[in-house]
Formats: sequence, structure tokens, C-alpha cells
Amino acid sequence: MNLTWVLAWRNLWRHRRRTWLTVGAMLFCNVLLVFLISLQLGSYQVMIDNSLALFSGHLQVQQADYRADQRLRDTVPQVTALAEEMRGQLDAVGVAARGQAFALASSEERSFGIQITGVQPAYEPLVSSLPGLVAQGRYLQPDDSDAIVVGAVLARNLRVAPGDALTFIGSGRDGSIAAGIATVVGILDSGIPEVDRGMAQVPLAWFQDVFAMGEAGHAVVVRMAHLEQVQAAVATTRGLLPAEENLAVLDWDALQPGLRQAIQSDMASAWFMYAVLILLVAFSVLNTQLMSVMERTHEFGVMLALGLGPGRLARLVAMETMLLSLLGLALGLLCGALLVAYLSVAGFTYPGMEELAARFNMAGRIYPEFSVVALTWGPLVVFVFCLLAAIYPALSLFRLAPVSAMRAAR
Amino acid sequence: MSAVVCEAVCRTFHQGDALITGLDHVSLEIQPGEFLCLSGPSGSGKTTLLNAIGALDTPDGGEITVGGQRLGSLSRAELAELRLRRIGFVFQAYNLIPVLTARENVEFVMQVQGLSAARRRAVADEMLAAVGLAGLEERRPAQLSGGQQQRVAVARAVASGPDLVLADEPTANLDSHSSAHLMDLFEQLNGERGVTFVIATHDPGVMGYARRLVRMLDGRVVADEAQTPQRMAHE
Ligand SMILES: Nc1ncnc2c1ncn2[C@@H]1O[C@H](COP(=O)(O)OP(=O)(O)O)[C@@H](O)[C@H]1O
Ligand SMILES: [Mg+2]
Repeated sequence: MNLTWVLAWRNLWRHRRRTWLTVGAMLFCNVLLVFLISLQLGSYQVMIDNSLALFSGHLQVQQADYRADQRLRDTVPQVTALAEEMRGQLDAVGVAARGQAFALASSEERSFGIQITGVQPAYEPLVSSLPGLVAQGRYLQPDDSDAIVVGAVLARNLRVAPGDALTFIGSGRDGSIAAGIATVVGILDSGIPEVDRGMAQVPLAWFQDVFAMGEAGHAVVVRMAHLEQVQAAVATTRGLLPAEENLAVLDWDALQPGLRQAIQSDMASAWFMYAVLILLVAFSVLNTQLMSVMERTHEFGVMLALGLGPGRLARLVAMETMLLSLLGLALGLLCGALLVAYLSVAGFTYPGMEELAARFNMAGRIYPEFSVVALTWGPLVVFVFCLLAAIYPALSLFRLAPVSAMRAAR
Repeated sequence: MSAVVCEAVCRTFHQGDALITGLDHVSLEIQPGEFLCLSGPSGSGKTTLLNAIGALDTPDGGEITVGGQRLGSLSRAELAELRLRRIGFVFQAYNLIPVLTARENVEFVMQVQGLSAARRRAVADEMLAAVGLAGLEERRPAQLSGGQQQRVAVARAVASGPDLVLADEPTANLDSHSSAHLMDLFEQLNGERGVTFVIATHDPGVMGYARRLVRMLDGRVVADEAQTPQRMAHE
């Protein structure tokens, strides 16, 4: 057995309490990092899921030009048939066809510009959480015809309640005037003013009638069980599209480009906090090792006299720091893994979160991501920085002169 | 070839504005196999001279040659190498690494020298037996008496196979019985292995062992004479 390693290991335990305190700081930091990073990655899943669940779904089939200009004539032909086919081929939670148009909506008292969406009442609740957010009345039903549900803010602005009639005027696909009267059957409250201000949904068949769409629509919306299934579903869907049509499959990132950006900026601020945490621990290791070097000045003087070069002493200090940091790493990984393993089954919630989530028809618990990255990233960076903390104490040994070192008090 | 040659070695210390003379033109030649004592009152320069010969400190005047190598011409690494292979040290106290056992303390220098584990263990046990510590190899320094610790230090100094052992007041912290024991050991190793010993002391009993006694005062050599060794009584 190499005596230098033996020496390094035993030197660690000359001050048991100090060593355990330092290891404890590393352990605490590691577990905190594992927990926070897992939770962070897990909460991004929830954030993405919640935000996609509201309306846009995980992927959509649209006319290739539709996304940019939302022109009524950029349609998906035979939209319900395509939706039906996709429903059979994809292992999806829900697949629903939609049509979308802008119109001027008027009640007896007021008029507002709205986006009116034709939906399949039987399938829409499977791809969107909006149908579950009825505040008054009810959602659309499969046998509804000239029925409409509107957002809460819009209802307030138009001063309508369930039972009232709503007239709307727009232009049809063929350029004709499209006009209709529908009865308000329900009011949806998503809690998001931008959504509630302009949202109105009618049955797709009636929408196609009013806007002269024929069998066409504007989108097939798909919701999968997990985000990871999206890429495969995109590929499958591409294979189902008729080649002669200019159709595109958009995944969630294309549908909601702001989402990824929001996550990235959230990550940046989180990394800053982690960096501060890691530096604090590295400084505590630096402090410990500097103290341990200084109080051994006499001993290092003797070792220099015996003929050890300062490089060997520096290596000894580096080895001690490595053993110390390995201890923190091993314990941190172990405790962090146990904690996250438990939470990834039990879920994590804080007071009020479940009520809030129920109110907005969202997942009420965060399940931390139990992944190698989430588990090892923090502790490994802590390990590296703690090793770096040995540099200064180790370099200080190169300034040590044997005679003055041995004159130092023991 | 002489084991050690000092030519007009000077060393001055600065303490604040004051200049303190450590060594004042010391010239001394030591032959291989000598058993020499440096004596003199406290502050006379014994430690300063030993440190200079042992390449632990650099004089600011004169020239020192150890085993034919001029110390002034060697790099820091070469000086460390010289200490590692050719010089053994025994200090007044606290010579040992406290977390290593007696055997490991002796082995440690040999490991740095690059000896195999089996070889250094054999040499360590042989040396510990030679200094009378057979059976105590597994003890840590704190579990040994002061005299036993000094003997471990001697075993370590000699185990690495040096030509020259420098001992600075090795008996200062020992009772007279342990002192006598340690000096007997030095004499025996000097006789059996031909290692050159230079021992700094102001203990008259220790000086008695010397075959050559060099007296110092105020950084100068004031007397240098051969003598008939006289052992201490073991009471
Ligand atoms: N590092 C130092 N700084 C200042 N003065 C020193 C230093 N080392 C030794 N001296 C002085 O040099 C002189 C010789 O000291 P030293 O060699 O230790 O004497 P001895 O070992 O014979 O007691 C003393 O006056 C001592 O105070
Ligand atoms: Mg002295």
C-alpha cells in the first residue's frame, strides 16, 4: 500500500470534527443541488405540460403557411378524416380537429373582435384543459349546433351570460360574408386574461358551415402522454400526410417558441445561485485545507529536511483534499439519490400549490426528474471546485523554507 | 575525499535593524567515519552550522562541500535529493510524523527514495530491531517514550543509507539513562556502518562520546581537538 495515501487518509482524521464539518458542508450542498436540479428539470416538464395542455397541444398539423399569417384559406383538407386516421395510428391521449377564424362578435350592447375556434366537442377536452375550466353553464356537447362558449373576460365585456344570443360577422373562405347567431351555453375562465379576453369556441361542423369551409379545417391538435413521445409522434404523423398537400407538422417548440426561452432564462438565474452555493463550499474546503497546512508547518519542515521536495508535500495536500472531496461526493450522491428517488415516486408539493393547480386544471405535484444528469451534475462540479480549492494551500508549500518551518511552534 | 568541508562560512541574520552573527568565518574539515561533537553554549552557532552543512539553509559567505558536491552550485531540487540520499537528520524533538507508526515513519523516506514495499519493510524492521525497538513497530509516536521516539528518528536517519548523520541536540529532551542509550546507539552505528556523525550538544555527557570535539563561541570555532571517548554511566 502506498504510504502517501495512508498518510493523506490519516491526516484527514487528525481533526475529526473539522473534517466532518467540511464533509457535512459538501454533503449539504450536494444534496441541495441534486434536489434543486431534479426539481428544476421536473418543474420544466410541468411548466411545458401545463402550458401546452391549455390549448396548443404537443404537436399540430397545419397548412405550411398557416402559422405565419393565419389566413383562412390556408387549410387542412378533410380535417376530421385526417384526425380520425391519426387517432388510429398514434398512441396519443387525444387527437382533435379545429378550425379558426376572426370575427366581430356582438351582443345586444357591444361588439368585440374575437378569434372563434371550431372544435370537436367529443375530442377537444382530450387535447386541451380549457373545456375543464367552465365557470358558468357547460361546455359544448357533441350534438350541439349553434352553441358557443366564451372566455370570462369576453363575456364580461359583451355583458352576456349563458342563454344569451351572440351574433358574429366575418368573411368566409370563399370571400363571402360569414354571419351566424349562436347561443352562449358556457363561460370559460382560464385565469389568464389574454386567453379569456378573445376566446370563443363553437362546434366544428357548424363553424365549417358558417365560414364556408366545406370539409376543411386549420389544425389537427395532438396531445401525448409524455413529452418524450413527441418526436416519434411527429415522425409517424409526417408519414400519414398526403404528399400533394402542403402540410406541416409542428412540434411544441415551434408552436410556443417563448417556452424554451423562458426555461433558458430561468436556468441562467438558477445556475447563478448554484454557482454561489458551490463557491461557498469550495471556500470552506479552502479554509480547512489552509488551516490544516498552516498548523503542520513544523511537520512539513521536518519532511523538507528529510529530502522531500515541496512538490511532494503539495501532492500530499492535493491527495488529502481529494479524499475529503470524494467523501463529500460519495455521501452527496447517495443521500441525493435516495431523496430524489423518494420524491420522484411521492411527488413534491408546497402549501397552496395543489389548490392552485386544481383551480387551473393543472398537475398539482412536481415529480423531480430522476436522471443521471440531475443526480451527478451538481456533486461533480462541487467535487471539481473543492479540488481546485487545494491549489492555494498546496502552492503555499513552495514558499516554505525548511529552517524557518521547523522553527515554527508545533 | 573529505565528508564535509567548510571554508570561511558566514551567516548573518537580520532581526529588525539589528544584524546577528550566526556563523563567522567557520572553516572545518570532517573525514568519512568521524564521530564529532559540536559543543558550545546556547546561541554559539551550532544549529546554524548544522543547517548549513545539511543544506537546509544557505550561508551568505564561504563554501560548503558535502561528499564532494559544492552546495552553492546545486539547485533546490538537487539539494533536496542530496538530503534524501546522503544525509540523515535527527532533531531535538518532534522528528516523527505523528499519524504514522514507528515502522511507517522509517519506511516513509525509503518510499520517497523509490524502494520496493517488501524491501523497505525488511530494512525498517531490521533498523528498528537494531535500535532496540523490536516489537514496537506498530506503535504511533504518541505511544512511545521520548527516548524511544528519538531512536525511531535514528532508525529513520540511518535506514535511508546516508554517509552523514547530523544530530542537533538529540538528547536535550531525554533523561540521562535514555541519553546514554541513544549515544551508545550512535557510537555503535558509527562503528558498524562507518556513517559519519556530527552531533551538536551542550551536554558534557554527550561530548564525552566524541572522538573529536569542536568548540564554538559567538559563531566561531574556538577549539578543535581529538579526544579519547568516554561513555556515560547507565544509572
Ligand atoms: N532565523 C534566525 N533569525 C535570527 N537570528 C537567528 C536565527 N537563527 C539563529 N539566529 C541567531 O544566531 C545565533 C546562533 O544561533 P544557533 O545556531 O541557533 O545557536 P545554538 O544552536 O548554538 O544554540 C543566535 O544568536 C541566534 O539567536
Ligand atoms: Mg541549537
